[in-house]
Order: sequence, then C-alpha cells, then structure tokens
Amino acid sequence: MDAPETVDLEAAFVASGVGEVLDALERGLIGLQPVKRRIREIAALLLVERLRRSFGVGSENPTLHMSFTGNPGTGKTTVALRMADMLHRLGYIRTNQLVSVTRDDLVGQYIGHTAPKTKEILKKAMGGVLFIDEAYYLYRPENERDYGQEAIEILLQVMESRRDDLVVILAGYTDRMDRFFTANPGFRSRVAHHVDFPDYSAEELFLIAGKMLEATHYRLDTAAEEAFRAYITARMGQPHFANARSIRNALDRARMRQAVRLFENRATPKTVADLITLKADDILKSRVFEQATSLEKT
Amino acid sequence: MRITQGTFSFLPDLSDEQITAQVKYCLSKGWAVNIEFTDDPHPRNTYWEMWGAPMFDLRDAAGAMYELAACRKVHAGRAYIRLSAFDATAGWESLRLSFITDRPAEEPGFMLERQERSGRMIAYTTRAYTTDRPAGARY
Amino acid sequence: MNKVEKKPARKSRYDAGVMQYKDMGYFDLDYQPKDTDILALFRITPQDGVDPHEAGAAVAGESSTATWTVVWTDRLTACEKYRARCYRIDPVPGQPGQYFAYIAYDLDLFEPGSIVNLSASIIGNVFGFKPLKALRLEDMRLPTAYVKTFDGPPTGIVVERERLDKFGRPLLGATVKPKLGLSGRNYGRVVYEALKGGLDFTKDDENANSQPFMHWRERFLYCMEAVNRAQAMTGEVKGTYLNVSAATMEEMYERAEFAKELGSVVVMIDLVIGYTAIQSMAKWARRNDMILHLHRAGHSTYTRQKSHGMNFRVVAKWMRLAGADHIHAGTAVGKLEGDPAMVRGFYDVCREDYNPMCLEHGLFFDQDWASLRKTMPVASGGIHAGQMHQLLDLLGEDCVLQFGGGTIGHPMGIAAGATANRVALEAMVLARNEGHDILREGPEILERAARSCAPLAEALKVWKDVTFEYSSTDTPDFVPTATPS
Repeated sequence: MDAPETVDLEAAFVASGVGEVLDALERGLIGLQPVKRRIREIAALLLVERLRRSFGVGSENPTLHMSFTGNPGTGKTTVALRMADMLHRLGYIRTNQLVSVTRDDLVGQYIGHTAPKTKEILKKAMGGVLFIDEAYYLYRPENERDYGQEAIEILLQVMESRRDDLVVILAGYTDRMDRFFTANPGFRSRVAHHVDFPDYSAEELFLIAGKMLEATHYRLDTAAEEAFRAYITARMGQPHFANARSIRNALDRARMRQAVRLFENRATPKTVADLITLKADDILKSRVFEQATSLEKT
Repeated sequence: MRITQGTFSFLPDLSDEQITAQVKYCLSKGWAVNIEFTDDPHPRNTYWEMWGAPMFDLRDAAGAMYELAACRKVHAGRAYIRLSAFDATAGWESLRLSFITDRPAEEPGFMLERQERSGRMIAYTTRAYTTDRPAGARY
Repeated sequence: MNKVEKKPARKSRYDAGVMQYKDMGYFDLDYQPKDTDILALFRITPQDGVDPHEAGAAVAGESSTATWTVVWTDRLTACEKYRARCYRIDPVPGQPGQYFAYIAYDLDLFEPGSIVNLSASIIGNVFGFKPLKALRLEDMRLPTAYVKTFDGPPTGIVVERERLDKFGRPLLGATVKPKLGLSGRNYGRVVYEALKGGLDFTKDDENANSQPFMHWRERFLYCMEAVNRAQAMTGEVKGTYLNVSAATMEEMYERAEFAKELGSVVVMIDLVIGYTAIQSMAKWARRNDMILHLHRAGHSTYTRQKSHGMNFRVVAKWMRLAGADHIHAGTAVGKLEGDPAMVRGFYDVCREDYNPMCLEHGLFFDQDWASLRKTMPVASGGIHAGQMHQLLDLLGEDCVLQFGGGTIGHPMGIAAGATANRVALEAMVLARNEGHDILREGPEILERAARSCAPLAEALKVWKDVTFEYSSTDTPDFVPTATPS
C-alpha cells in the first residue's frame, strides 16, 4: 500500500511569505503582545485551512470578517494593513488593498442616497479588505429614520453572500463595539475573529517615541528623556489620551518649541547637534504639566 | 432566433467564471465597466438603460459581478443585459468591448417591413415583434 | 571649414551651362531638417560610375526646383528655400550598389491638402531620370503642419465601431465570388447568406462595376435587400461595400448617391480611380456619413519590387491623409505578397496616433498623426478560420478580416462558412482576453470551439493544411539582432 500522502507545513509556510509579514509585525510594532499572538493564531489557522483545501477537506468558505477593538492610537489601522498583506499572500483575497472608511463614506444624507453610496464603496473594496473605523456610528438607535440602518443591511448581506470577494474589518473602542454587536447580532455572528488591542504601557510608549524620533532625525538629551517619561505618565492620566497618536502629537509640539527656542537665540551659531536635540525645556513647557501642577494645587 | 449583437454572441452563453475573466481583462486595461439592459434590442437602439453609473474605480471583478447579479435579480429573463468596457484614453474615448450576458427566455426577433417606392426602390424598416407591447411587458 | 568647399561661390553658381546637382545646393550633409519639412527616404540605384552623392542630389533636385542646366531665373526666387536637400546618404545593408538617400523638402513646395500635388512632386519626373537604374520611395515623414491640412478618414475606426455597434474584435468580411458573371439576384444571395451566417460585411471585388451580366443598379438593389434581410434575421448592423468606382466622377457620385438612398453604411472605391477622385469621394463620404472602403487595386505594379517604385507604406500614409476608412494592407499569412514585419508597419501607419521609427518594420521616421482619424486596415486574400490565432496575434483587433473563399467555399454552404469564421474569431478573442497564449494554444482553442460548432469543425478539416509559404519580395532591410542581456 502506498504511504499516505504527506504535506510539508514548513515549506508551505515559507512559500506563502507569511513569515515576512509576521516578522515585520514583530519588529515594526512595539508591544502589542496579545495582538501579535492573535495574528499568529489566525495565520496558522488560515495556512492549515489552505492545506486542508488542497486535500479537498477544507471547510466551505470560511468566514474571515474581523473586529479590531481598542482605544485610539493602539495600532489597529497598521495591523489591518498587515492583515490585508497576509490574507493576500495566503490567497484569501485577490488584491492586496485595504479601503478604509467611516460612516460618512457609507451613509447618505437623504432618501435613496445610502444604497448607491454603500454599494460604491463595497465594489471598490471587493477583492480586498474593507476597514470600517468606528463602525458603531453606523447604528444610531436614537434616530429611527437614520439611514445607517440601510447601510448595515447591505453590508450584512454582502458579508454573508460575498465571502470570497470581501473581508470586512470593523474597528472601534472596545466598549462601544461590544454594545454595537449586542444591538446588531447579525454582525456578531458574521465576525469570526476578534482582536483586542490593549493600551500601551508607559515604557512601550517611550520606546514608540524613540522610534518616531529616529525616523525624523531628532533625539532627546538625558534631561529631556527624564522629562518625557514624566510627560507620558502625566498624559496617560488625562482625558482624550490616544496612545501612540498622543505621543506623536506631543513630539510634534516639542519640535515646534525647539524651533522657536533656536530661532529666538539665532545670534549664536548652531551645530548639527543643536538642530537635532530636543531639550528638557522643550518638553516641560507642555500644558500637560501645567494641568498636573494645577491639579496638585487644588 | 438569437440576436448576435456584441462580441461573443456566437459562443454558448458565457458562465459567470467566463464573464469574470473578461471583466478582469477590462480592469487590467484600465477601462470602466458598465452594465446596461433593454427590452428593445433593435440594432440601432444605442442607448440601453444604464444599471447605475459606469464603474470607474474597481480593482477587482467582484464589484462588477455584484452589480450584474443585482441587475439580473430585477431583469433576468425579461430583458437583454450587456456588459461593456469604456476606455477614456485620448483618441479612443469609446467602448472597447461589449457583450450580452443575459437574454430573455424567448427571442421572437424582428419583422422586416418593405415599403415599395418608385424605380424599384424599397424603404426598409426593421421592427422587433415584441416592441408592439408596452415597455416592461415585452418579454 | 570644409563646408565652404561644398558651396561654391555665388558668382560661378549661376554661370550658364551644366553643373553637378550637388554643387547646385541640393546636397548638404550638414543640413538639419526643420520640424515643418517634408522628409522622404529613397532607395537609389545609380548607374555604374555615377557618384551616389551626385545621384542623391539629383533626386533632390529633380523632385524640387532643378533642371538639367543652370537657369538664371532661379535668382528671381528665394531659391535656397525651395531647393530640396539630400541631407544623408547610407549604403543599403547587404545590397551593393543601392543607397538610402534622405531628402528634406520645404513645406512651401506643396499645396495644402492635395495628395495629387504631393505625389506629382515626389514621384514625378524623377522616377525616369536616366543616371539612375532604379529608384524607390521607401518612406515619408509628414510634418504636423502638413497633416493638419487634410481631413483624413471620413469615419475612422472609433466612429465606425460606434456606428456599427461592434467592439472588441476584428470585423469580418468576405468578397463575393465568383467576382464576375453573377446576375444581381444571385449575387445578392451570396451577400445574404454570408451576412446572415455571421459576417459583418460583404464586398464587391475591384472590377465588379457595371458589366453586361450585371448592371450596377441591379447589384445595389439586390445587395441592399440582402443586407436588410440579414439585419432583421440577426438583430445586428450589417453592411456591404458597394463598389462605386466608375469611369467619371459624375458617374461615381451618381452610384454613391444611390447607395446612400438605399441606406448602405459603406461604399467602396478602387485605388486606380486616382488620388483626386479618392479625395473627392472622401469628402463626399464625410458629407454623407458613409464609411469609405478602399481596395488597393493596382498597387502591386509599383510597390512589390524592392528596387523600383514606391513602398506600400507610403501609399498607406497618403491614403490616411486622403481619407480612406478601410484600406487593404496585407495578411502576411494569406495568398498575397506581405512580409509579416512589413505588414505590421503598414498596420501601424494606418491606425496609430504616433509611429516611432522602427527600422525592422520598415518605418524610417517618427510620424506624428496629430489626432488624424484612424484607417481600419483590411486583411484579405487566401485566409481561413484555421489561421485565426495567427491573424489575431499579428494584426490585432482593429482590422477587417476578409474570408472570401474561406466563407463561400465552405462545404456546408455560405452561411455555415460565415458561422465558422465568426465562431473561430469570437473563441479566439475570448481566449486572448482570458490571458491564453493564443499563438501557442490556437489550434487547441479552435478544436474546443469546434466541438459545439459543426461548421467550424468542417472548416478546420477542409483547410487544415492550406498555407502559402513563398518568400516575400518586399522584405525589411534591417533585422533585429538579439542582444545578450
């Protein structure tokens, strides 16, 4: 009797090029350990499913729609792009493209406007991934004549009947997405993979800042490093904190203050070091510290 | 009879897979895909009804197939449906491919009317048998 | 500078007597052609002992202002401007004794919008000039300033397709056979069967005019009955090229008007009616929304031999200017003369907006057509359904493929012959668009299509081994050499 046909999982993994995507994810993104673990699990599942299919024992049209939940600035869009790349390499989508939309792109202003708008977006995204940010805004229970419901119906129908053509990723705050799924069980049943994006720790945010500075050719001197650590701790405790996005904004403002500082002392000649170094002062002048001290006072 | 307008009318009706391949070809050329339907297939009837606007920004054939499915849901069996591809390149700015994807269940064809005139001249009129009936009740 | 040597002092230039053409200002290797100059490339074969430079200068001179002796009346003109100049001369590769002479003509030497004036200048007296054994006009560069003085094709490829509602595939035609002897009634039968079976066009042959067996009105009346009947049977626009070529312009207009009154979408003329008549008919066709089909009858008398006459690509360029919507331009695989590389060049001249220089296709100049409408090339003569993959691959989709014998000679009848061709064509276009390598897989694609089409199966069986493998006489002088990558 012939030996049972075997399959080389390692070779399939290498050939798919998924390893490169996972490596890029691992190296390119600070922290996010649970997310990376989740993505590896999904990758393994899809790779094995593909092999099962090659033996004719695959499951019928696996559902690939996902939800990415977490606070702003936790890397949802970046990971979604990597996910599109991975799905493309594994052959689950035909084009390596991600169309990113919000409610305004899908929902119209008047009667008869929504369906064509939603369909237009769906057609453009077909073959790839549709990323709907803050998906819960589609659903406005307080307004019974809201056109969002129409978009939801079309979306649900396409997510069910066109699984081969489109992968939808719904993204937003964890708690609001939970409420959204409760109110729209249709979505819950069609989403196969939930990925939760945790907030970054203060140390991770500091490392992220380091990467951002490196990319823009700036550095912090020792005193500034100290100041920035203090800044992160203070900022995390304040409202509207948006993780990596807040860090990026803080650095933008620090660069502005550095420029002003250099400009005001323009009489003295500047070295390259002067031009690339952010000093403690550039950080400490942030309003974040004002609020912190004022809070202490009261 | 079988109306033979369009690029592929002499072949057996195309499967969805075959239509998808043609759409892919059109998209690879950068052409916009249109879906149109009519219940007046006269050879000089240029303007079939448009099923939505031409699809200018598709990356994948699935978008066109999605609309074709929707159009079929409403019109299949009762009208002709065709898919065409428009090329906006300077010097063309016209269709580059156009083929029928769906036909009514029955195609009664055309009547040729002759009006005799002097000098053995004949004025010809081609008339679809079904266009006697009002639009929407022809097939 | 040696330039002084070549241009003798004015004093002696106009002394009475005979002097060499190259000393009269018709030869200047330093001349930089202007963007508005008309350029011509001649293949010259000087008589033994004649200096090729002098021969090139003589061609420039004889095709512009010169005569055999010095004339003082030159000095009443801006003669420097009007002299054509041979500005480059190269030996023809592999052809000892032959030279390529490049000649530039000032635009003011020509009447705007007149092929007859252009041809009288460029291929006038000079072709009989004794010091040359042979002379051939190989190519021309027509400047934008000149192109814009012509109306070009009355319809053009794009509008023709829109009018006929036929896109994405070559059009199909057939010439009615036998081309002479059928009565009007029998002739119309062939037209009806061929169109009903799936062809887009049928065609009168070049010498189907008005003979004892069939008066032209008979032919037109029966053909239009057939066209209209076939249109009703298929729901598709059909046409037949009604040949209006006749002895006089008045007669041609009368026939064309009758064709129009009968509702024909196309009329046909022969190249032998002459350039003036062609331009007149193009203007008539433009006024009357008519496609103008041009049969290149007679061209081989002067285009086929490589050493003397003119290359067909020049005829094609002139006819695009003059306003032909269709022109027969060769098949490469059929029964008539045509090297594949050369035929590609002719097709590009007809239907591209810009032809870059391409020596291996025989295109010696960059040619900008300045948005002039495109002429649909017609492939006709000894082609059949079994060659469909080669035809589509070589000729592309913007052409008319004419299968005369390949339709009418079908064992199951004319309509079956037409169906076989149409099915073969559609199957090939479908496969090409799906990404198949049709040149390699062609025979399989045809076999597969033939499984659901008995007429195609029969056609493939009957004409399986028919090819016309003769070497061409009009071949490229330059072949691409493979460069190691």
